[in-house]
Amino acid sequence: MSWMSRMPDREEAIVESFTGSRLPPDDVVVAALRAGDETMFAALLDTWSRGMLWLARSHVSTNDSAEEVVQDTWLAVIRGIDGFEGRSSVKTWVYRILVNTARKRGVRENRTVPWSSAFEQREEPAVDRSCFQSVNDPFPGHWKNVPAAWSTPEGEVLAAEVRDLIAEALAELPPRQRAVITLRDVEGCSSEEVCEILEISAANQRVLLHRARVAVRGRLEDYFETARRSA
Amino acid sequence: MKSVQFRDGKAVHVVKRFSCDEWVELVTAYLESDLDEPTRCLFEEHLAGCEHCGHYLHQFRVTVTALGTLRPESLPGDMRDRLLSAFRDRRASRVEERRSS
Repeated sequence: MSWMSRMPDREEAIVESFTGSRLPPDDVVVAALRAGDETMFAALLDTWSRGMLWLARSHVSTNDSAEEVVQDTWLAVIRGIDGFEGRSSVKTWVYRILVNTARKRGVRENRTVPWSSAFEQREEPAVDRSCFQSVNDPFPGHWKNVPAAWSTPEGEVLAAEVRDLIAEALAELPPRQRAVITLRDVEGCSSEEVCEILEISAANQRVLLHRARVAVRGRLEDYFETARRSA
Repeated sequence: MKSVQFRDGKAVHVVKRFSCDEWVELVTAYLESDLDEPTRCLFEEHLAGCEHCGHYLHQFRVTVTALGTLRPESLPGDMRDRLLSAFRDRRASRVEERRSS
């Protein structure tokens, strides 16, 4: 395609240099999409579609519906990129289209999830009370089974086994918690972006994130405890 | 509340305003820098005096880091192909429009 071969070298270099979730700055992304850069479009598809599928899944009733929501979202992005005004990040813009598409579809399927009201009433603690000593124990409120030191440094690349375990743990989370932790910790959105995408308050975002992280940590604890005992 | 903690083999008095079960509920808020100054100080005081909660915080950070290492999961192959071709068609026609105007 001749128009592609006329793409400036700079943009080609940027497209080649990013891997995984490391996308170039928004102005580069938008310019590339408008210029018809298929590599850039494919990179967005491959980077964001997982988070989009999971988010869609919390609004509609089946995986097939969720996939259609994601497809319709990308088609809307293709149609809308020329009109994108940059009032939010590209990512927030795409995810907002997704949420609106998913909500409409959820209404059609009679599966409306009352997002905001469902957030408010959760006052009980995220960490299971059975982890702590009760009022009848010597040190009420202190750990019953104390957390062990994990030998894994924070930045270490984890075994494939651990990644599978985390994926399982995420799949078992309630949809709203899964949406928040996926956007924040897996996709790397900021808390402001997540609040804007899901239209929730900062406090709700934090509560959901905390609950979800507590649950995933619990799954990893089982794994590290077993590894420690057999070491 | 005052309690005795053992650090480096010595008993030391620390002011522990939070018990461990209260402290764990603040970990995400702490990592988000969402605690107000007095609460943050109390959080860090507890942390300095409680090895177990120190382990918990480390475990929490390992968990957050691990979540960030998950590989992207792509769309079903045929949908990805359909979307790429929709993109190609749309953009090609836009470029064509611009060229002829």
